[in-house]
Amino acid sequence: MSRLSLIAAAIILGLALLVPLLNLAVPAEQAFHIPDYLVPLLGKYLCFAILALALDLAWGYCGILSLGHGAFFALGGYAMGMYLMRQIGSRGVYANPVLPDFMVFLNWKELPWYWYGFDMFWFASLMVMLVPGLLAFVFGWFAFRSRVTGVYLSIITQALTYALLLAFFRNDMGFGGNNGLTDFKDILGFSIQAPSTRAALFAATCIVLAAFLLMLRWIVASRLGKVMVAVRDAESRTRFIGYRVEHVKLFAFTLSAVMAGIAGALYVPQVGIINPGEFAPANSIEIVIWTAVGGRGTLVGPIIGAVTVNAGKTYFTAAFPDMWLLVLGALFICVTLFLPRGIVGTLADWLARLPRKAKAGKTPTALPEAAE
Amino acid sequence: MSRHGSILYLDGITVSFDGFKALNNLSLIIGEGEMRAIIGPNGAGKTTMMDVITGKTRPQSGEAVFGAAVDLLTRDETEIARLGIGRKFQRPSVFESHTVWDNVELALAGHRGVAEALFHRLAPQEKQRIEEVLDTVGLLSQGRRLAAHLSHGQKQWLEIGMLLAQEPQLLLVDEPVAGMTDDETAETARLLKRIAGSKAVVVVEHDMSFVRELGVKVTVLHEGAVLAEGPLEQVSAEPRVIEVYLGR
Ligand SMILES: Nc1ncnc2c1ncn2[C@@H]1O[C@H](COP(=O)(O)OP(=O)(O)OP(=O)(O)O)[C@@H](O)[C@H]1O
Ligand SMILES: [Mg+2]
Repeated sequence: MSRLSLIAAAIILGLALLVPLLNLAVPAEQAFHIPDYLVPLLGKYLCFAILALALDLAWGYCGILSLGHGAFFALGGYAMGMYLMRQIGSRGVYANPVLPDFMVFLNWKELPWYWYGFDMFWFASLMVMLVPGLLAFVFGWFAFRSRVTGVYLSIITQALTYALLLAFFRNDMGFGGNNGLTDFKDILGFSIQAPSTRAALFAATCIVLAAFLLMLRWIVASRLGKVMVAVRDAESRTRFIGYRVEHVKLFAFTLSAVMAGIAGALYVPQVGIINPGEFAPANSIEIVIWTAVGGRGTLVGPIIGAVTVNAGKTYFTAAFPDMWLLVLGALFICVTLFLPRGIVGTLADWLARLPRKAKAGKTPTALPEAAE
Repeated sequence: MSRHGSILYLDGITVSFDGFKALNNLSLIIGEGEMRAIIGPNGAGKTTMMDVITGKTRPQSGEAVFGAAVDLLTRDETEIARLGIGRKFQRPSVFESHTVWDNVELALAGHRGVAEALFHRLAPQEKQRIEEVLDTVGLLSQGRRLAAHLSHGQKQWLEIGMLLAQEPQLLLVDEPVAGMTDDETAETARLLKRIAGSKAVVVVEHDMSFVRELGVKVTVLHEGAVLAEGPLEQVSAEPRVIEVYLGR
């Protein structure tokens, strides 16, 4: 399993080079050319892959079924969107050098305090991690300390994202209300529409995904990773052995939320918009489906699940727009019934059964690091 | 109220669930390094007593002291486990998706904090300790197997092994031989006797031949209180005990 995630990380890093190359350096009439529209689309899939990987840390490894991870993704996206809004400067419709268009439209005279600092990339990047992380920490601190688990926890995470959905819809919140944040011009001084910028954003997404994959591989193999799985499988047993279960969960949940926020921040410049729709409870449920389809509790599974399900979504919503939700629902039911360990989990089970004979020479008498 | 030399001191513990008294003014003293067998019919309150000692259930009244002066009733499960009280559950409870080796490694004393666990590398003496524990419970050759694939009896042993790895001063063992073959039962009795002495052990068991094999002082619980105490021959001859087990 751990070899598989190394291979996956290498492939993802290869894509970081290959896709921009085939897009920018190969002429459009050649067969291997990747058209401009495809680069941000692939980038979007990989952002979802990061998001699914994040959820997998909390759910697949630590047993925290969050149905509100879309909220952390959207918060990270909004933090990045705020930076992009402020980059527009006086190029907006109302040409106000400080206020985004929607604030001028609402007759606001000055920038709300919570928009301060977002003209600086480093500050926005910090907020991308800090805001989702802090929310997850505070939320988790109360929930895990009061031992809210299982369905109850899932329901309150849905409530969390729903509450944020309602809040962000309001114009007086100062995040562009219904329309959200859009019409971005540039990022770090580069035009956001330029193919080269899109290629760079794609490459950045690949690098982040690969880095997270390697980071989680390390965490999962550590003793803490084993404690997480222990919490998932037998929470009270873990407690009676002397671990602070709530601390372990808080770590997994908070780190997971930070990862989701970063995924959102990479997503927004590639799709060009962030609006309250990202907080929709259904979005958070979709993340769970991607992860389940790919294989929760595996590292490569969520990535494969997110990419395949979303590629399917792109196809179906274009070809049979009415069918998508049915297909998604059917997919989830089939996976739950027939592939409870998901695509990757099931493959891993097969592989584990196959080479038994080849490995028979190594008898399990000596006991080095047993599991990786 | 001399607590000197006792590892566990329970006095006047009462636990009621919606008015039903699962423990009724229970008092019990376990000496340091002592092994004690607790018997009693179903619903006598044996498991509830362990719940109280390990912080899972809070009694309505009473006193529970560990060692010289540690009040157990103000601490939670994690703190109590770290103090040195280990518990084996009535239903075998191991980490099924971990290997046998990892189960013991997780139980190993120390390194309980999040950051500590994240950066911890298995030290050679820890490795040795895990092998020692696995050897003690007869699972050394099973280290790489998933705990889920062990037989019922092996899971019970693994759980005892995890207890040992915790290096507790007091072990609470709830029905260790339930579902075991006679051979396994005898082996478990030998195992627990080997453990006792350096650590205090409280064993709850229904299997009388197993309790006889242990050959230690027996406490009979009934309706949440101590009915009789003494050697097995003596308590099993008491009319009250016979009535509880055979009567009605
Ligand atoms: N959480 C609870 N809520 C209500 N009643 C409970 C609870 N836990 C235990 N009881 C009741 O308390 C009584 C004592 O239960 P306990 O499990 O301690 O018995 P026991 O001596 O361990 O029995 P057994 O030999 O069957 O394991 C039983 O009548 C049980 O139904
Ligand atoms: Mg019981």
